[in-house]
Amino acid sequence: MRKFGKRILATIIAATMMAGLVGCGGGAAGGDSDSGSSSSSGGTIKVGIINNDPNESGYRTANDKDLKEMFSAANGYEASFAYSLKNDEQITAAQKFIQDGVDYLLLSAADTAGWDSVLKDAQDAGIRVILFDRTIDADPSLYEASIVSDMAKEGETAANWLKDQNLSEYNIIHLQGVMGSAAQQGRTGALDDLAKANGWNIVTQQTAEWNAEKAQQIVQSVIDSGEKFNVIYAENDDMAKGAVEALDKANISHGVGKDVVVMGFDCNKWALEELLAQNWNYDGQCNPFQAKYIDEVIKTLESGGTPSEKTIIMDEKGFDASTITQDDVDKYGI
Amino acid sequence: MSKGKGTFNKQLLIPIAALVALALFNLIKDPSFFKIALGENSAGDPVLSGYLITILDYGSELAILAIGMTLVTAASGGQDISVGAAIAIAGSVILRVLCGTNSRPEELQAPVIVAFLVACLVAMLFGAFNGILVAYFKIQPMVATLILFTAGRSIAAWINNNELPIISEPSFGYYGGYIPGVPIPTPFFIAMICVVVIMLVLKFTTLGLYTQAVGINGSSSRLNGINPQFIKFLTFVILGLCVAVAGLIKVSRLSTINYSVIAKDIEMDAILAVALGGNSLSGGKFNMTASILGAYVIQFLTTTLYKMNVQSDALSAYKAVVVIILVVLSTPIVRKKLSQLGAMILPKKKEA
Repeated sequence: MRKFGKRILATIIAATMMAGLVGCGGGAAGGDSDSGSSSSSGGTIKVGIINNDPNESGYRTANDKDLKEMFSAANGYEASFAYSLKNDEQITAAQKFIQDGVDYLLLSAADTAGWDSVLKDAQDAGIRVILFDRTIDADPSLYEASIVSDMAKEGETAANWLKDQNLSEYNIIHLQGVMGSAAQQGRTGALDDLAKANGWNIVTQQTAEWNAEKAQQIVQSVIDSGEKFNVIYAENDDMAKGAVEALDKANISHGVGKDVVVMGFDCNKWALEELLAQNWNYDGQCNPFQAKYIDEVIKTLESGGTPSEKTIIMDEKGFDASTITQDDVDKYGI
Repeated sequence: MSKGKGTFNKQLLIPIAALVALALFNLIKDPSFFKIALGENSAGDPVLSGYLITILDYGSELAILAIGMTLVTAASGGQDISVGAAIAIAGSVILRVLCGTNSRPEELQAPVIVAFLVACLVAMLFGAFNGILVAYFKIQPMVATLILFTAGRSIAAWINNNELPIISEPSFGYYGGYIPGVPIPTPFFIAMICVVVIMLVLKFTTLGLYTQAVGINGSSSRLNGINPQFIKFLTFVILGLCVAVAGLIKVSRLSTINYSVIAKDIEMDAILAVALGGNSLSGGKFNMTASILGAYVIQFLTTTLYKMNVQSDALSAYKAVVVIILVVLSTPIVRKKLSQLGAMILPKKKEA
């Protein structure tokens, strides 16, 4: 406890020093001189954060905001951010952070492959890597911990929910995310398995690349073809919204007790409100608030310990329109 | 004059041939493609539905962009690759004006027309920025517009503080959906208004003539008293206006915006529309009708592919194949060969 108090004090001092330096107009120089002494206890911890584009979705925006709030100067961190939706650009950013000599590299990889060599470089340079939000195909010794959503479990929860609805028939429009992403693979895998096991009919299975416009066109195309469907399984809220726009245009009713069951993921606030209004049926959570978990891991590592688990899976829920409450919307909406 | 008419018809032949080919393909594959039904939307208003309506609906933004892109291409001999990012900006501006600082307004903070005019102004400013770089600093258009292409979506996000505004007011959805009581999608009307306006402008002003003159030979047009720099600049500003109109339709479709994916890759489709119209991508003579038809051909192709359940991430590959065929067919060498072939067949027919 005392140690904790000391750390806070040190943090405050460091923060005021930083503020002072910036105030003198020597911000850049201050940053440089700071990095020399930051290596261990007391000083600011330098973190390089590689994330996907915060504009990609509400999920990412919430995730980025959460990280920015946690890794602030006031909390004893000096954070640099790099954003890209492309793996190669992310790797370049990682190399830059390694050269800058950060203490921790926090990574949400755009793609699962191709990270081995750059993470080895980081290890050689004594930089510790923590994965968040997404896993990668690399040797676990290359990173300290990974804080992830279990996408397969999210998919399972959703698909099982769909099964529990006991619809008389299942004709599903399946809108996938960007192919190859962990979220797409997990959420698609679960639905595919249950569809095969229960003989559900997949009317169409297409990637709308998380994009509402594309989702709208895909659903429009199914409507135009006159094929029957009664479930829309969209792998994120945006695509579910696009699909619903197309349904509204064609006067196909959707929601609780209506013709088409609408399912989304990510728990955007507006999406949960659609659930509350009974326009949608289900929304699966994908918890974007990882900063708290990352902070704990860093604290453990800084005090010389090791995280109890290498893979930390966050709690996630699935919301049903018939049971959701306003409190849920306020609490879990992003 | 009659010679001019001849090339006019020939150029129109390419997109029309493509359209006929696609239509034939669909007719053979599944005639129900052409079915149009009158139904009701969930608000109880009559709406037409069917693949053809979908094409007219979703092809509208592209047709509008093709207008501006044709002019830019003709005058500058290059293309603007920032239109997608600029649409994100225009859309973001519209939502910002409508929402004020609250991202979830109960009612609109300003009339839609005001928001639209502000967006026009902003989009034309960005167009002017591109235009200045191209016309006065003589930067290659693709390089000059690369700046906005890279930065545009971040600017769009910044305009709304990175929030994703959602408009619940139903009347905002009219521009990308249906006006109550009118069964034809509004975007089609908007596109037609733009087409009529540009046709009138080309007919009654010297814009078309000057643009072509500048594109064919800038220095000789200058000697003839045309200011080539200003014409180039002007075409980029006109494209900016087209972008604002397309942006309004895009944000109205979903009553919200997603900065990183709105109008994604639309610049490539717009350039394709110009190419499909048989216009030279290195500037000079152009045919507006052909470009606009080209835009609808692209949407026709997209919708056909969706109907055939082609994986939508493979869509661009299929598009590429079709485009290669069309563009190769429209090159001077092939066209010469074809016309020779035609000349060989036609007289024989006459004899017979």
